[in-house]
Amino acid sequence: MLRSRKELDAELDGAARAWLDEALAEAAHAATEDVTAEASPYASPPWELRYAAAGRHCGPAHADSVRSLLLIEARAPLSSVTRLYEQGTAAERRAVLLTLHRLALDSTALPLVEDALRANDTRLVAAAVGPYAAAHLDPHAWRHAVLKCLFTGVPLTAVARLDERARGDAELARMLSDFAAERTAAGRDVPADLRTALTLTEIAPAAPTEES
Amino acid sequence: MRIFDPHIHMTSRTTDDYQAMYDAGVRALVEPSFWLGQPRTSPASFFDYFDALLGWEPFRASQYGIAHHCTLALNPKEANDPRCTPVLDALPRYLVKDSVVAVGEIGYDSMTPAEDHALAAQLQLAADHGLPALVHTPHRDKLAGLHRTIDVIRESNLPPEFVLLDHLNETTVKAATDSGCWAGFSIYPDTKMDEDRMVTILRNHGTEKILVNSAADWGKSDPLKTRKVADAMLKAGCPEDDVDQVLWRNPVAFYGQSGRLHLDTPAPDALHEGNSILRGGE
Repeated sequence: MLRSRKELDAELDGAARAWLDEALAEAAHAATEDVTAEASPYASPPWELRYAAAGRHCGPAHADSVRSLLLIEARAPLSSVTRLYEQGTAAERRAVLLTLHRLALDSTALPLVEDALRANDTRLVAAAVGPYAAAHLDPHAWRHAVLKCLFTGVPLTAVARLDERARGDAELARMLSDFAAERTAAGRDVPADLRTALTLTEIAPAAPTEES
Repeated sequence: MRIFDPHIHMTSRTTDDYQAMYDAGVRALVEPSFWLGQPRTSPASFFDYFDALLGWEPFRASQYGIAHHCTLALNPKEANDPRCTPVLDALPRYLVKDSVVAVGEIGYDSMTPAEDHALAAQLQLAADHGLPALVHTPHRDKLAGLHRTIDVIRESNLPPEFVLLDHLNETTVKAATDSGCWAGFSIYPDTKMDEDRMVTILRNHGTEKILVNSAADWGKSDPLKTRKVADAMLKAGCPEDDVDQVLWRNPVAFYGQSGRLHLDTPAPDALHEGNSILRGGE
């Protein structure tokens, strides 16, 4: 669960708080700068180095929250978000995914979500199906994301707006039923989450949706 | 028995190896970046590899209850290939990652001017980032290579206690320990060192600042050699505390100098559900 600045201030010790203050100030500075050209393809603004080091200065448990705050404070543009994701550790990638919906990116960062959904690292899959995916994934990709969660054991509680998007989705219902049949044929348990999702698809949509 | 393998290339190993290592007592390891057998042709190929050492491989290790850290560098062999040397410019961005506990493997392969440059530059990168360095000693012309390596380390800004000299044997152990660096021994099925020779070295040189690793990779090698050394030590009458020092406390002390070691990995049972390595929540 991501923590707010206020919650972090209460939990971090003095040194970590001071480090966070400086890091956020650097990020805020970057937000006001118009960076049009870079000296080297490998150069990066100072706050991005802070982004990498967040875990050891603020503790691994707070790394997601600190990285998320940095992205927001820097009003990270697509170029930064993409670079941080592509050159990031799994933990750094996760923080990008968890923050996409709080940045002014529209649907431009979808390739990052699609990349994470191709991964087999369940930490990335779980982070990819948050509010940003709920808002921007097309129906086909979204259904496959739900199925991938079931397949890799990511709890469906990770899927943002599941009830809303699953409602009345006959194609998702078919995919879930086929998956359940495949599991049953193999003599394996059907995940309890699958039944939950299937039930959601049976609820009639409240109003016509763009998918119908 | 708790075991820390301070040098093993898990990218080249299977999940069976992870399971066998866990069963043998391995709870932590360091994976140094190295040559993959097939030459790389561009920096991007290194970056994908570094990303795997910072992403997918720690995930695999965590599924088996093993803490995974890595060391990153341009390896000595590929330091000679101008298509690969731009990796040196990109390393600063990678050396700030949380699970990078050293710069490595660096050192000499054929002792060329290009290797001189890469070694000196990467020792400086280690000093700049407050990181130790894992320095491989050459497979050919080892003793001469070791002396030259120690000279370069002396001229660098990295103190000897931040350096682990690896792949040592009876002919190089004295010069290595006299230098003030940590001493690493790779135990292989047929070459380099075996368990009993290792026990003799420990008898003669003591257990201080000495590390033992399997260096298992894509070649003929054995990821359980760390455990086999521990068993050979006990069989030869070494106290259990010496075994713990060589196979756990020494690697923790050496890589701990980075300030980035995290050894609290959950037991694998807690993770079995949702294990995507097992192909579908088995």
